[in-house]
Amino acid sequence: MPKINYKSNEFLVFLVIVAFVIVATASYPGFFSIPTLFDLLRNGIVIGIFAIGVLLVLISGGIDVSFTAVAVFALFTTTLTVKQLGLDLPWPLVFLVSVLIGMGLGLINAVFIAGFRLPTLIVTLGTLSALRGFLLTFVGSQLISNVPPSMQQFSRLVIVRGTNAQGFFYSLPWAFAFLVGVVVLTWFLLTRTLLGRNIFAIGGSLESARRIGINVRLTQVFVYAYVGGLAGLAGIIHASMARVANPFDLVGLELSVIAATVLGGARLSGGYGTITGTLLGVILIVMVNNSLILLGIPSTWQSVVIGALILLGTGLPSYQAKRAARKAG
Amino acid sequence: MRSGPRGGHFREQDVASHPLAETGNSFIRIEHVSKSFVGVNALTDVSFAIARGQAVNLVGENGSGKSTLIKILAGAETPDEGAITVDAEVHASLDPRQSVARGIQVIFQDFSLFPNLSVAENIAFSLELAEGRTLVRRRHMRATAERVLERIGVTIDLDIRVEKLSVADKQLVAIARALASEARLIIMDEPTTALTEREVRSLIAIIRRLKADGIAVLFVSHKLTEGLEVCEKVVVLRNGHLVADAPASEFDAGSLAYHMTGRRLAETAKPPLAKSSPAIMSVRGLSRAGVLREICFDLAHGEVLGIAGLLGSGRTELAKALFGLIEVDAGKLLVDGKRVPFGSVHTMIEAGIGYVPEDRLTEGLFLPQSISRNVTIGTIDSHAGRGGVLDRSGLRAQVSNWLARLNIATSDSEAAVQSLSGGNQQRVVLARWLAKRPKVLILNGPTVGVDVGSKTDIHAIIAELAASGLGIIVISDDIPEVLASCNRILVMKAGQIAEEIPGASIKETELARRLMS
Amino acid sequence: MTDTNAAPAPKNPSPAAPGFVVQLMQPGIGRLAVMTIVIFIAMAALSPEHFLTIGNASSMAFQFPEFAILSLAMMLAMLTGGIDLSIIGIADLSAIIAALILSHFAGANATGVEAGGAMALAIVVSLAIGCVAGMFNGIVIAYFGLPAILATLGSGLVFTGLGFAITGGSAVVGFPGVFAVIGNADLFGIPVPLIIFVSLAVAVWFLLERTAFGIKVQMLGTNPLATRFAGIDDAGVTIRTFTYSGGLAAVAGLIIMSRSNSAKADYGSGYLLLTILICVLGGINPYGGFGKVSGLILAVLSLQFLSSGFNMLQASNFFTQFLWGSLLLVVMAVNTIQFRRRAARSSSKAHV
Repeated sequence: MPKINYKSNEFLVFLVIVAFVIVATASYPGFFSIPTLFDLLRNGIVIGIFAIGVLLVLISGGIDVSFTAVAVFALFTTTLTVKQLGLDLPWPLVFLVSVLIGMGLGLINAVFIAGFRLPTLIVTLGTLSALRGFLLTFVGSQLISNVPPSMQQFSRLVIVRGTNAQGFFYSLPWAFAFLVGVVVLTWFLLTRTLLGRNIFAIGGSLESARRIGINVRLTQVFVYAYVGGLAGLAGIIHASMARVANPFDLVGLELSVIAATVLGGARLSGGYGTITGTLLGVILIVMVNNSLILLGIPSTWQSVVIGALILLGTGLPSYQAKRAARKAG
Repeated sequence: MRSGPRGGHFREQDVASHPLAETGNSFIRIEHVSKSFVGVNALTDVSFAIARGQAVNLVGENGSGKSTLIKILAGAETPDEGAITVDAEVHASLDPRQSVARGIQVIFQDFSLFPNLSVAENIAFSLELAEGRTLVRRRHMRATAERVLERIGVTIDLDIRVEKLSVADKQLVAIARALASEARLIIMDEPTTALTEREVRSLIAIIRRLKADGIAVLFVSHKLTEGLEVCEKVVVLRNGHLVADAPASEFDAGSLAYHMTGRRLAETAKPPLAKSSPAIMSVRGLSRAGVLREICFDLAHGEVLGIAGLLGSGRTELAKALFGLIEVDAGKLLVDGKRVPFGSVHTMIEAGIGYVPEDRLTEGLFLPQSISRNVTIGTIDSHAGRGGVLDRSGLRAQVSNWLARLNIATSDSEAAVQSLSGGNQQRVVLARWLAKRPKVLILNGPTVGVDVGSKTDIHAIIAELAASGLGIIVISDDIPEVLASCNRILVMKAGQIAEEIPGASIKETELARRLMS
Repeated sequence: MTDTNAAPAPKNPSPAAPGFVVQLMQPGIGRLAVMTIVIFIAMAALSPEHFLTIGNASSMAFQFPEFAILSLAMMLAMLTGGIDLSIIGIADLSAIIAALILSHFAGANATGVEAGGAMALAIVVSLAIGCVAGMFNGIVIAYFGLPAILATLGSGLVFTGLGFAITGGSAVVGFPGVFAVIGNADLFGIPVPLIIFVSLAVAVWFLLERTAFGIKVQMLGTNPLATRFAGIDDAGVTIRTFTYSGGLAAVAGLIIMSRSNSAKADYGSGYLLLTILICVLGGINPYGGFGKVSGLILAVLSLQFLSSGFNMLQASNFFTQFLWGSLLLVVMAVNTIQFRRRAARSSSKAHV
């Protein structure tokens, strides 16, 4: 049913990934293997969940740079609370707390964006600074290196593990199931529910959405709360997998995540973006971050590569569109 | 209101004093509706009725109260007095939801569609929304879209994104969306402004189908439109008052203009220029694939040349080509005897061509910036001395000079230009260009959205400029305007100049006929 | 392609009070000045024995010029209706090149002509790199039609990445002593970085308010389409603005480098947010077209007062971060509420 659009961002990113794999395999035959794949999947979990959140915001016509601060705020306060109260909560409950904190923080964005109708970039820059500052000043700035037992227990849960023919160990943690769950849930939301279509609609034309009776504010509130919740989830997964809650973590990652989403075809002007594209963008960014050396490019060049990919991947289509527009008068 | 006076000469009291004498089978009645915004009366005691399956042409100038009336019907505004009766059910006011539930749908000028969504989704969206669905029913939405498109007898690819459609197709999608929501009255706001002649014809055919289906149409426009032929009756608003309500057959361009403006057209047609003025601009063989074909004309010193054409005739493309905004395939341009290449705005300005764009608000003005900046931005480089330092007293002098010369009413030239009226705004754009001392000035729709008084003034300014030796091209589909201000008229159709008409040699109705035929 | 219908602007019966849009995002300079003074007084009252000292004044005057100059760079980009996310990358990259030149041609122990020559070369080259990097942004935006936010997101990664690639992520050190003058010396008691900032602020003010180019920048930021129809070379204006922005970033890079006596690919990474914050707080309209250097200076001062004052109270930098972010949100919310109230009030006045 879905036709492949050979000019789409998705397809272009896919080609770059294939080229990457071929070149990497040529220079290091062991690259094309299960351990590499599982490394990639594991490294993509947190960025992937973030990126899905960013995708939703971009589709709705906004931008969010505060999600990393939300994530670290949620993971740290959750871990700290659970530890200090000495509760032995099972990990699902710990996760739930973190997600709820994330949602609550997302609602702060929603108040300023949906309530005051302020520009989303500026608002989320403000909350990024305020949340991180608040966390490090009032909650704590000390690393928690022994996280609650239930989180440690979660980090040991794996879906598959084994050793391949070359003797390399591989495993896929259960955390990956969360990424899958988020993808499926968000896909369902975006394509199968009217709420999801409302998000596309307000990103496509805010004014039209108001006119046909879409509750724009409520939709925006939902988007920022959802993204906050995803950030809370990504944060607590990150802390559990690393078995450490570091209040200085994650912040600084936001531009890479936005880069992944934009590479996958989501437009900053709103209304466009797919989950497939986003995931492809994430795969590409994770590969560049982890395996650039295999292409013979030193890993210090990774942000040059990502930056160049963004400029080329979004600049060329934009140039073509501009020329076509001039020709059309 | 068939009881009204005949022959297109109504006394206003007649209409106001006994409205709705016979409204037997009307579907919607607007009764004694008044609405004022902070002391300004937008609508005063307006009453008329729309029957099932009837098409009504609501005509009025900008500011006559049309949009307020649309908003009241759509439920976006609450009338201060009066009532709206739908199906014999009396409402003091409607809210948007009630309005939709009663079958009233508005198609705004911008169509309010979602460019990023498919045709099917655009059509079925509001229906799904109104039914309070949680989940998307793709098949059902497609079926709805198919059914509705079939009803108006058109086929559009349901899966294509709306951004890829032509303006006419977008309009069809908007109509289909209204139908999908069980519309019984479709209000179309200026539906023909962005359509080519052929598209207008098919729109008219569709309106016929709608009428046959029992759907009423309120066709809102600011001038005599092609839509008149499908409308049973015409309702004219002027300054918030209903001044005419009669069968369409009783109107012609002249009587309609009289009702809209409240006066006989005072402006007289302009005669052709006396011979022997040398050409200041010559265009030869100007062509651009698909839009312009072999355009040739001369413009004399001191001449006002009208280019009359409907939308899609190529009139705007011609203007843009002459100002270097779009590239051309072939053609030669001489200004003052010198060859000027096409394709660059900079070159055209250097050559002495000025262009006052069609859409003042988005293309012409920097709305929140000051009047003085808006006037001087075109000539700002000539006020820059060594190191680019501005001669501020020179700039101030220029501003006050032009404000005085063009009679722009303002107490403070540092106020934002958006605080001015439409007519004054247009004068600001004119001042900007005149300050550059152009040889040729191209005016695209010089009085669109300008009130009647300013319109005459702007025509006077045009005449005065021409008298000073400037060559002026007026591009317009406003027939009285073309007749009143142009020495010579070129009629454009399908990218070509169809005929040349000397000024004052043709009547309004005749020019209108030739334009549309 | 004609759109008389695409005009969303003032069709509504709202009385067109001048400059609504301006007022929305631009709190009066007066109010900003009051806020700055209030913050100053509050900080002084909290710890007068520390805050109101020559020492504090001097340390503040050494601290803020670097991010104030970066804010000027951000302001130029915002005035065109864009944003420049690459200024930190430009600052670091150009500083790294300058540092490499200095350490290669002169070294830590160089003096006299050798040191002076190397320093002159380093400064010229790093400023040139800043300008070229900015020009690159301008070209991508003007000719490729990329939104500034996307173009500078990408180019910022490239510039920062080049800095990383060149240095391998470590700091470049070993400059002649004379280079420290830029960031650490004073002239008649006035810190050199402050002198540099003041001169650049005056230059930017002059550029924006007194030259044809400056007016064009503001008009472009207000309505790019109308700029084209008015016959202004919009691409040229964009490219020139971003070139200046890059040059300013390079100056800031040199100051940071001189103050820390080293250059590194991730110095000043926390400044990006701060510069946007300063611009918005200072009344630079993030949608373009409006903004004053005076507003920006007041915003810089109030943020510096806040952070110095709380520093003296032993509050951490993070607390300042928290305050900055909250201040931004509160100021914008208050502006909006006031704007709405004013709009409501003026629409209840009759209008002809």
